[in-house]
Amino acid sequence: MLGYVLRRLATMVPVLFIAVTACFFILRLAPGGPFDGERPLPPAILENLAAHYNLDKPLIQQYLIYVGNVLRGDLGPSFINEDFSVAEQIAIGLPYTMIVGGLAFVVAIVVGVISGVLGALYQNRLPDYLSAAIILIGLILPNFLIAPILQLIFGVELDWLPVGGWGDGSWEYLVLPVVVLAWSHAARISRLMRGSMIEILNANFIRTARAKGIGPRLMITRHAIRPALMPVVSYLGPAAGYLLTGSLVVEQIFGIPGIGRFFINAALNRDYGMVLGTVIFYMVLIVVLNLLVDIAYAWLDPKVRTR
Amino acid sequence: MAAPADARVLNMHNGGDVTSLDPHKVSGDWENRVVGDIFEGLVTEDVNAEPIPGMAESWEISDDGLVYTFTLREDAVWSDGEPVTADDFVFAFQRLMDPATAADYAYLQYTIKNAEAINTGENEALDSLGVKALDDRTLEITLENPTPYLLSALTHYTAYPIPQHAVEANGDEWVRVENIVVNGPYKPTEWVPGSHVLTEINENYYDAGNLAIEGVKFFTLEDESAALKRYRAGEFDILTEFPTDQYQWMQENLPGEARVAPFAGLYYYAVNTQQEPFTDPNVRKALSMSINREVIGPQILGTGELPAYSWVPPGMANYGDPARVDWADMDYGAKVEEAKRLLEEAGFNEDNPLSLQLRYNTNENHKRIAVAVAAMWKPLGIEVELYNTETKVHYDELTKGILDVARAGWLADYNDAFNFLQLLETGVPFNYGRWSNEDYDALLDEQATITDLEERAAVMKEAEQIALDQSASIPIYYYISRNVVKPYIEGFEDNVFDIHRTRWMSINE
Repeated sequence: MLGYVLRRLATMVPVLFIAVTACFFILRLAPGGPFDGERPLPPAILENLAAHYNLDKPLIQQYLIYVGNVLRGDLGPSFINEDFSVAEQIAIGLPYTMIVGGLAFVVAIVVGVISGVLGALYQNRLPDYLSAAIILIGLILPNFLIAPILQLIFGVELDWLPVGGWGDGSWEYLVLPVVVLAWSHAARISRLMRGSMIEILNANFIRTARAKGIGPRLMITRHAIRPALMPVVSYLGPAAGYLLTGSLVVEQIFGIPGIGRFFINAALNRDYGMVLGTVIFYMVLIVVLNLLVDIAYAWLDPKVRTR
Repeated sequence: MAAPADARVLNMHNGGDVTSLDPHKVSGDWENRVVGDIFEGLVTEDVNAEPIPGMAESWEISDDGLVYTFTLREDAVWSDGEPVTADDFVFAFQRLMDPATAADYAYLQYTIKNAEAINTGENEALDSLGVKALDDRTLEITLENPTPYLLSALTHYTAYPIPQHAVEANGDEWVRVENIVVNGPYKPTEWVPGSHVLTEINENYYDAGNLAIEGVKFFTLEDESAALKRYRAGEFDILTEFPTDQYQWMQENLPGEARVAPFAGLYYYAVNTQQEPFTDPNVRKALSMSINREVIGPQILGTGELPAYSWVPPGMANYGDPARVDWADMDYGAKVEEAKRLLEEAGFNEDNPLSLQLRYNTNENHKRIAVAVAAMWKPLGIEVELYNTETKVHYDELTKGILDVARAGWLADYNDAFNFLQLLETGVPFNYGRWSNEDYDALLDEQATITDLEERAAVMKEAEQIALDQSASIPIYYYISRNVVKPYIEGFEDNVFDIHRTRWMSINE
């Protein structure tokens, strides 16, 4: 297993290198630069700024400087938020993103799996219809529509929860962003779980277990859920990636200072350093998450382990 | 000094993220709100954004208008107790102009002697800058030309002092919350990028005893709809922007809280005057005349922006009423007929329609206006292609001269008509339409040498009239500020610069 993990980690290096190189040049090819804006700067000031950030050097030289710095562990300066380096900004935003994304991940799994199992066990009955309705909302309505509706209901009209912000990170500030973020993933997990569970419940080995007189509770918890989780686990890697990187909209709407907001602002402002830094960070994160999912998959399915 | 018993922290929606607390490295109005609360220049703003003594208690101006001598107040001290000296100002102005600082807005103080030459690298002697400390409390500023708006320009954050001792002690990190030394009424205590800046009273500030607000939490939040919901839920006391389509609702449901006020800014369409057929002033005039400005503010935007028929917004200091296009008061139907005639003369008709691309940057309001203007041009047989890009791309292309007609805007940096007139000067980077007129340029050069304010205003107005007669560009409306303020906030006065220093506010709950 260790060898497998190391091999997977080693494949990260060329992937990262190619991604950073591509991202570096694509960013520079994109129209608009970090210092373009509603107030065009006089040429002399632009030259000063370009020299300050090495933008006056040939592109290939800029690239070599950047890669050299990254290899030394320096993600460089932010072009827009000048008082914080890229690494500092990622470090500042990371806890917020991880807390919201992590909680959403857990909520999505718990809610998704439970509602999927209930949907399968109570096919075409009330729990199944309820679960289907929730799934439908989660799949149809995007975050940016669900969020303002929940803000209006629970924040403005009922005054039960804060509309946005982080506050001191207490639970009431987390409820709405986590629910919004988790919803669509819970819906997908629920759908996967329901389908898989129905299939498993009709499988021969379950019929055999039933024939042996195993009680329904034991049969579900011990024999059915674990194999039924396989498609869900396959989905967890991308889901974790989405939840930790795809919380951009949620962070924007709820005013949470996570990495997603930095990334959006950096992309819109052509903050080359920040965009590249977050891309590198996200890539490492996603590769690591996928690796963890593969390990979990191997744990759940002995066939994978022996392969 | 303790804050009054009813003082509390003000929760302010501040829009964009504050990118720095260093006055030489900021550029947005959302940063000005923070930086202007924690630093103070020689001159500062009163509740109406008019210049009043700040760090300087008084000043004298030489007869030729070229030398200003400021006397600093005796009780001017930094937040760490060190005195604010004339040398701190010399240090700050030299740092601003030093090319190594790469300050975006250094050009705003180019009126100071040798400033431009130093900033552009032509002159490497920082000490040749026209800012000298005569002693600890006396500062002399020498100008290139008489500049009647100097005091207004000195309220700008580019003219704030920088604590030399703190910069020397901590280098670039002097601006971190744990290191920063300020001289304004408030000092920052917490700064979470992407979230907020929190301030509290600077007890060393000379007027600290009169501050009624304990501090401000400036929240970053660009989503205006979400901000409005948070305001309604009581999480914000002040919104510095609101979605225009909610104005009607707010007027009905939050009476008196949504405040729109004239703002020293102009929304306009630049026309590429270097490209056929827009080289013809009559074609530009036809485009301008056929825009029904009267419906844009009240109906398209819904917040009542006033139609613009001048290049300089009304209300600028020492200027009086701006010049106007001579067709401003014509009936709209007659304007359209005249516009058709002008286009016909230029060779455009139904068989040979004028085709153009109308560019705007991503924004719902820009889009609405562009769609409406395209509809207004349609009866003239003009075929319009709407072209939308994100802001960075939009301005990058405009600066390169890639445009037929394009949306742009300008907000005054200081209270003077020249700030707008310079947008049409030959060769300046803001002159997107690349309009060039020798008489206009000569008049702008001439105004820089005149000390008599009335005479100077007349010269500038003459220039403005040339630009309007030539349809150098298409003014559309004068900006308005959009704030939402809880009724218990006192001291928030609407003003044309939309500057509201916390120092003047109080909470009466």
